[in-house]
Amino acid sequence: MTNSLEQLSKQDPKLGQFEPFAGQNAHTPYLAAPDSRLHRKVCESLEEAIKRSGLKDGMTISFHHGYREGDKVVMKVVDALAKLGFKNLTLASSSLASCHDPLVEHIKSGVITQIYTSGLRGKLAEAISNGLMQKPVQIHSHGGRVHLLQTGELKIDVAFLGVACCDEFGNANASNGKSNCGSLGYAKVDADFARQVVLMTEDIVAFPNHPASISQDRVDWIVKVDEVGDSKKISVGAARVTNNPRELMIARRAADVIEFSGYFVDGFSIQTGSGASSTAATRFLEDRMKRKGITASFALGGITGGITDLHKKGLIKAIVDVQSFDHDAAESLRTSPAHIEISANEYANPTSKAAYVDRVDVVILSALEIDLDFNVNVITGSDGVMRGASGGHCDVAAAANLTMVVAPLCRSRIPTVVRRVTTLLTPGESVDVLVTDQGIAVNPKRPEIEKRLREARLPVITIEELYDKAVALTGEPDPIKFAERIVGVVRYRDGSVIDVVRQVAD
Amino acid sequence: MKLRRSMLFVPGDNAAMLSTSFVYKPDSIMFDLEDAVAAREKDSARLMVYQALQHPAYRDIETVVRINGVDSEFWQKDLEAAIRGGVDIVRLPKTETAHDIQELETHVERIEKACGRPIGETKLMAAIESASGVVNAVSIATASPRMVAIAMAGFDYLVDMHTRRSTGWEPELFYARAAVLHAARAAKIDAFDVVYGNVNDDEGFLREVNIAKQLGFNGKSLIHPKQIDLLHKAYAPTEEEVSHAKRVLEAAEEAHRKGLGVVSLDGKMVDPPVIHEAEMALQLAEAA
Repeated sequence: MTNSLEQLSKQDPKLGQFEPFAGQNAHTPYLAAPDSRLHRKVCESLEEAIKRSGLKDGMTISFHHGYREGDKVVMKVVDALAKLGFKNLTLASSSLASCHDPLVEHIKSGVITQIYTSGLRGKLAEAISNGLMQKPVQIHSHGGRVHLLQTGELKIDVAFLGVACCDEFGNANASNGKSNCGSLGYAKVDADFARQVVLMTEDIVAFPNHPASISQDRVDWIVKVDEVGDSKKISVGAARVTNNPRELMIARRAADVIEFSGYFVDGFSIQTGSGASSTAATRFLEDRMKRKGITASFALGGITGGITDLHKKGLIKAIVDVQSFDHDAAESLRTSPAHIEISANEYANPTSKAAYVDRVDVVILSALEIDLDFNVNVITGSDGVMRGASGGHCDVAAAANLTMVVAPLCRSRIPTVVRRVTTLLTPGESVDVLVTDQGIAVNPKRPEIEKRLREARLPVITIEELYDKAVALTGEPDPIKFAERIVGVVRYRDGSVIDVVRQVAD
Repeated sequence: MKLRRSMLFVPGDNAAMLSTSFVYKPDSIMFDLEDAVAAREKDSARLMVYQALQHPAYRDIETVVRINGVDSEFWQKDLEAAIRGGVDIVRLPKTETAHDIQELETHVERIEKACGRPIGETKLMAAIESASGVVNAVSIATASPRMVAIAMAGFDYLVDMHTRRSTGWEPELFYARAAVLHAARAAKIDAFDVVYGNVNDDEGFLREVNIAKQLGFNGKSLIHPKQIDLLHKAYAPTEEEVSHAKRVLEAAEEAHRKGLGVVSLDGKMVDPPVIHEAEMALQLAEAA
């Protein structure tokens, strides 16, 4: 063989660099023994998995947020990394929640020095808004995160992905098992892009485990842990179910707008974002759909029990699920053949070869603030402190035929409709209708929708009138005082910088 | 005609509710200074209600203030705040006799004069909460030209009657409902049925709404905004009733044009009561 390679080298030097055959297991030594052939990925401990992943100081670790407020993986891993003495890591989680407050200490001690996330809340968000980190946090949308991975700006060295169950080759899902959060749409992306993938699983089940939301060919290491998350808490926070009469009233008005918007036709598609009024709107669609003999072709997004209920009743043909917002959604994913699990790349990446958001007719989204140009802020509160998540907001808003924002006109003494949003996340050009408890405003660029809503005698007024009503209740808020320093960079879905968040002044 | 189907109770000491309750658009909003407010919160509640009454958000909605009873130390201060704040209607709880209303009226007039409101602008309604209130209902309803409505309040009345609420057709309330309703109709004023306390029981609420509607009440006092829409829908005429009402009015219009006194539709005479009923139906349909 050596002679043959020499001859090849003479003919073409590149071909001569080929490696001569050195036995069937030269590159697959684990195949030599039955034990290592079958069980080679399973690690005894998280520490062992970290070691075998080759993680070094300065690298990037990633997580998914399928367990939302119930997540137990991020803290388990970062605590372990701190104990092992790791420093200067970039933490890239598809999102962060209040349960990640203890990260503050790991930032102070230099374990974590950079963060990429869709959102952040609680004490962590407050500390970062107050200047905790040297490097500003990069806030991306769900679609935009995949874009950053594609462009290479974000390179994941080791992904630590919590799953409810997997087999010893790594075929994993969160539809079965104890803590089943449903779709692993965000984890799928990390499994595809990370250099090393560590699965943290509550159960190692018989091979082959299917459905394989994450397939064995993406997985390097497996660690069994007691708990990856509390699946009861996937509906806590932004995905809660409401009985608040004002939120329900807004939800009903949103259903009115859908009915008369011109997009309520057989085969339409719908997405409801997180937020109580948004998810509650589905409750009010059922009668209207039955009355008019309309079924939806698909519902997309974070999926709730409201959506799966309509699916069960035959009113929504297919559910396309990047994240399950409650137990009913997770259960529907497990049991319904027309409930499809998709990745964030398939969901919303603007540079994906095809994103489901591109086919959405109607989307209902929430807002912390919306301004006179229909620009939306879902990141910072009225005190300038970060307390929200970009999510798929700007992704689906840009793509949908009818983008509706629902919000109470005022929250306590804080107006939602403002002159200028504190932080710009979704540009007004993407937003068509604002539904509040005190009236509906239509973006002037959609006169045909305004005409239809007025003809249906819905309470349409201008956004300036809504602003006046808000100010009549709350007064004009004093401007928030910010320092110069930038603590957060808001990345639009295409990676461009749409706004920044500054440190709040003392 | 002013529709009075829904009267939403709003606790006078709850700033959050005072600043949002107008969005639900009940026919009337009642700011409560009585039972919903603890004794030590009476002063602050009175002040907040006084401010809320003057807010532009309540300009287009009928406002009612439930003052404390005439046997309390608070009622005159409540009355000052309500009238000076511009309230439309003062609701007197635990009305026992016509004398209660007459005494109230004296003070209302005094305050109207003092603050420059037109005399007679402030209307009154009485809540009947006892056996004696029920038997005096006719004299209460006719005690003052300011009276615009009378309301049945169930809880105290049933305690007074040594009984408690049942489900079904609620026989324990039948006599009181009928008596109060007759008093109201004889006095040509409106009548409100009792509150339904279990806000999570839509079915029970609607059963009671249907009893009230069938008896002839204008509407009900409500303790939760979610009941407003249910009530308005229950009071709305059916599509058939709406279309019949339209035909009645068209027939009446044609009779008027032709100079005929009476006309018939589908073999039935269209006379003033029929026309009035048709107008009511269209108004209810419009408001639903």
